[in-house]
Amino acid sequence: MKEQLAKIRSEALSALESVKDAVALDELRVKYLGKKGELTAVLKQMGKLTAEERPAMGALANEVRAAVETAVETAAQKLEEAALEVKLRAETVDVTIPGKEAQLGHKHPMYMALDEIKDIFVGMGFTVLDGPEIELASYNFDKLNAEEGHPSRDWSDTFYFDEDSRVMLRSQTSPMQVRAMETMELPIRIIAPGRVYRKDEVDATHSPMFHQVEGMVIDKHVTMADLKGTLNLLAEQLFGKGTVTRFRPHHFPFTEPSCEMDVQCHKCGGAGCATCKGEGWIELLGAGMIHPRVLEMSGIDPEQWSGWAFGMGLERTAMRRFKIADLRLIFENDVRFLEQF
Amino acid sequence: MNLSREWLNEFVNVTASDKDFAEAMTLSGSKVETTAVEGEEIKNVVVGKVLSLVRHPDSDHMWICQVDVGKGSPIQIVTGAQNVKEGDLVPVALDGSTLPGGKEIHAGKLRGELSDGMLCSFAELGLDQRDFPAAYADGIWILSDDAELTGLTLGQDIRAAVGLDDHVVEFEITPNRPDCLSVIGLAREASATFGAPLKLHTPEVKGGADGNLAELLDVETPAADLVPRYTARMVRNVKIAPSPKWMRQRLRAMGVRPINNIVDITNYVMLEYGQPMHAFDYRYVKGGKIIVRRAEEGEKLTTLDSKEHTLTANHLVIADEDRAVGLAGIMGGENSEIVDDTTDVVFESACFDGTTIRKGALALGMRTEASAKFEKGLDPMNTLPAVERACELVELLGAGEVVDGVIDILNFVPQPTVLTLEPEKINALLGTEVDRETMVSILKSLDFTVGGDQVTVPSWRGDVRRMADLAEEVARFYGYNNIPTTLMRGQTTLGGFSPAEQVERRLGASCRALGFDEIITYSFISPTYYDKIRWPQDAQRRKSFKILNPLGEDTSIMRTTTLPSMLEILTRNYNFRNKSARLYEVGRTYTPGGKDGLAIESKYLTLGAYGGMDFFTLKGVVEAILKELRCDNISFVAVTENPSYHPGRCAAVWAGGQVLGVLGQVHPLAAKNYGVDTEIYAAELSLAALMDAKGADPVYTPLPKFPAVTRDIAVVCDLAVTVGALEDCIARGAKGLLKEVTLFDIYTGAPIPEGKKSVAFNLTLRADDRSLTAEEADADVSAILALLEQELGATLR
Repeated sequence: MKEQLAKIRSEALSALESVKDAVALDELRVKYLGKKGELTAVLKQMGKLTAEERPAMGALANEVRAAVETAVETAAQKLEEAALEVKLRAETVDVTIPGKEAQLGHKHPMYMALDEIKDIFVGMGFTVLDGPEIELASYNFDKLNAEEGHPSRDWSDTFYFDEDSRVMLRSQTSPMQVRAMETMELPIRIIAPGRVYRKDEVDATHSPMFHQVEGMVIDKHVTMADLKGTLNLLAEQLFGKGTVTRFRPHHFPFTEPSCEMDVQCHKCGGAGCATCKGEGWIELLGAGMIHPRVLEMSGIDPEQWSGWAFGMGLERTAMRRFKIADLRLIFENDVRFLEQF
Repeated sequence: MNLSREWLNEFVNVTASDKDFAEAMTLSGSKVETTAVEGEEIKNVVVGKVLSLVRHPDSDHMWICQVDVGKGSPIQIVTGAQNVKEGDLVPVALDGSTLPGGKEIHAGKLRGELSDGMLCSFAELGLDQRDFPAAYADGIWILSDDAELTGLTLGQDIRAAVGLDDHVVEFEITPNRPDCLSVIGLAREASATFGAPLKLHTPEVKGGADGNLAELLDVETPAADLVPRYTARMVRNVKIAPSPKWMRQRLRAMGVRPINNIVDITNYVMLEYGQPMHAFDYRYVKGGKIIVRRAEEGEKLTTLDSKEHTLTANHLVIADEDRAVGLAGIMGGENSEIVDDTTDVVFESACFDGTTIRKGALALGMRTEASAKFEKGLDPMNTLPAVERACELVELLGAGEVVDGVIDILNFVPQPTVLTLEPEKINALLGTEVDRETMVSILKSLDFTVGGDQVTVPSWRGDVRRMADLAEEVARFYGYNNIPTTLMRGQTTLGGFSPAEQVERRLGASCRALGFDEIITYSFISPTYYDKIRWPQDAQRRKSFKILNPLGEDTSIMRTTTLPSMLEILTRNYNFRNKSARLYEVGRTYTPGGKDGLAIESKYLTLGAYGGMDFFTLKGVVEAILKELRCDNISFVAVTENPSYHPGRCAAVWAGGQVLGVLGQVHPLAAKNYGVDTEIYAAELSLAALMDAKGADPVYTPLPKFPAVTRDIAVVCDLAVTVGALEDCIARGAKGLLKEVTLFDIYTGAPIPEGKKSVAFNLTLRADDRSLTAEEADADVSAILALLEQELGATLR
């Protein structure tokens, strides 16, 4: 009997070692461990043993059963792993096949530039204002100190809706300065982006409609140094830390002193190249201290309050930012253009 | 405004390079646009002497010349010109030279004979005969025939030899500084910028011509309100001739064509003093009387450019006793023009009302150099020195004899502006600590007079009226870039976006997440666009703001709908053969009827798409957008009457009782109007309505604790019964356990009878406080089915 058990054990372990599939494994399990299996058959002979022999033989039989059971489990696990391996191999994909399209839409590059500017100023406590595009000439010109006779009031420059030149398409976002002064409590910090219109034929750098953003601060003790500080911050946020700027005197009817801010050409670092037309600098915006007359016309005492304002073209900023060479692309809206941003 | 640096140096000695000059002037407020050197395109062209010339053996018109170009041995040049003689000095373009326009000259053979360069005409050097009247119109420029070209040496660069080497700086002068539209004005700025003394010159006139000015000429200014000052002098025994080379050279550098000595003098003085001048032929000033008056309605005048104008009372004219002889401040009349046999000349140096001149020039479409200056408002104090300078030049040029005396009518005596110098206020505005002394020295360098605290503004600086203006003068020369940079102090403000803008941002984000690209379209359209989208001729919405001076028909009215703009962009993409496009824009419409005669400007979210788009895809997009805004009670109602949309594929979107907008397939006839033969889809949603329909910010709802029971039902009903009606009925039929209804199938065909359809829904039922039993769920479903049958005749399949 001892020999029988040893034989079962060695036969079973050897058979299980080389078993090839789940069916064969099950057959082996039944053959050795089943109710009618070989081990059961041997155990049935236990009755024939003496009482002294039984415990030892019993222990041996249990040990053999445990060994076979373990071997069955091991074999099953191996078969499972092998099967999984085969399955995974069969599932292999060509990872170079393109992914299934999940198309996100794209923000227009002009609005990308604008949103960035809005975020910068909102972060500095500015309120974003919106206002009419069909505007009174009194807001677009008179209250901004651009008197009758100012060239920008000409019908060759500005679009009008009536013969008296009273209602027009705003030619700048600056009338929002006046609207803010007339309606808001002091101190004021606003930006006002939007569409503006000028009578320019369409070409690579002109469009009869484009976008500007106006900015204005009115408070006590506001200085030109503050204006410079804030605009330098804007330039750094837009074009990167260390962006070099310069301020040049200029003229606007509604600011005094007035200036324009240039950014050093990113391409040549100021040496002069095609991008900056050899100047080394690229004009970014116009600004200045709000003209005392403008404050007075809106009922603000220039002895008590001072302020600064700026206006910048957004298309130009976006074009510089994304190296877009032709303004017409902005308004053409070709999806092959839009989807690059 | 062009500036000759050679001329500038007469008044202020500045030796800086063009680049340094441009930068310094720009930073002190005179913006330089470009700098250029005259004749810079001409390279390697020298003075040569024709030593000999013989006929070309193989040509009956060409000559073979031996030319000494100062290099030891002469070079051979073949020319086809017939005006060259032995001993002539000529411009020689050497082998490898370049001429204006980038033309290159290389040695070569002309009919077998070597030609080592080219003899040049003045035209080939980019010059006009008016620049060099002695030059041949057609032929080689014989330099030795021009008595004004002296000191020529063989091999000398032609630019230096003929004076074509001035440095020209182009300025952008802002409209507040008409004084800088002159050499003297810019010299004053340069003097202050570079700290170099300004050397002004006081004209001196000898006079002494026959006659008494008072008897010869009488000036009246009935339009005194438009003529602050009128100054005139007379010159007799004039000999019209070309002006001298130095004068022609300066005019040319400033971009003015030389004409003759008298006309050139008026232009010269205008450039130097910034004071427009006019010269009349005295013969044609009838009665010796000059009258500056408003034109009569319908009065006719032919100007120097031979154009006849019909005038109105808004125009200011210079007239004699009978007729107008000039358009004041704009252009002289042909009838009093200086001609070759002119002998007596009246020089006019006047100051006219800027607005009148501007409007007059604009109305006639003839903005001239003079009118451009007058319209900015000139200094009345400048007329006298200018006319004196003109007379001085007449004497200098020997162009005539000046009659003693000046006619000077001063209708308006300008009072100098006197301001108080308040250094602390200036510093407070600039954020600087500039000392008083520096301020005073800056102001003095610009010819402001400072006495104690009183600053007297010079007459030509009409732009300086108050403290802020003085601050700008100080800042310009202290240096904008020396002003410190500080961050804002003061009361902090809480900035942010308006609720409308926040919604706009959310909408944009949703659209992009749904695969739509943002576009920007023009706010103005053509009135014919309303036809394209098939609006009836009498549609109220066609009433648009009309631009009276549009660029063209296509941009002539303000749109009252964003649809055509979207369709235009879709069409453009379609024509570019882009397979598909999904686009959105948040844009405005402009409807008449706003406050102050302005428009009601309303924003719309417009979606547009073609290629892989259908009604339900677009509807899904709209639903997703509305869901993101947490809009409640959304319903879609079929619209059959919108002329722009497919009558069977168009819906109005409602939120409760409010219409949000419309969506659907663009009417195929509208698409056809755009030349598009594929299905186009569009949606137009009002931002104001979306603002109203927007739901509140989310509040957490506990997740269900008890399981749901699902039941599928399929009902058979008439084809005309809408899914919306079925869903509405299901919702009302349930007894409170129904949580969700999802359509999952619509079927027609056998075995469903003709005219009927089968519609299948998945129902989710749940109670919040217990697990449902099958019986409870079935009871609800039965109630639903009963109502479906009762109201819509829909029976369980």
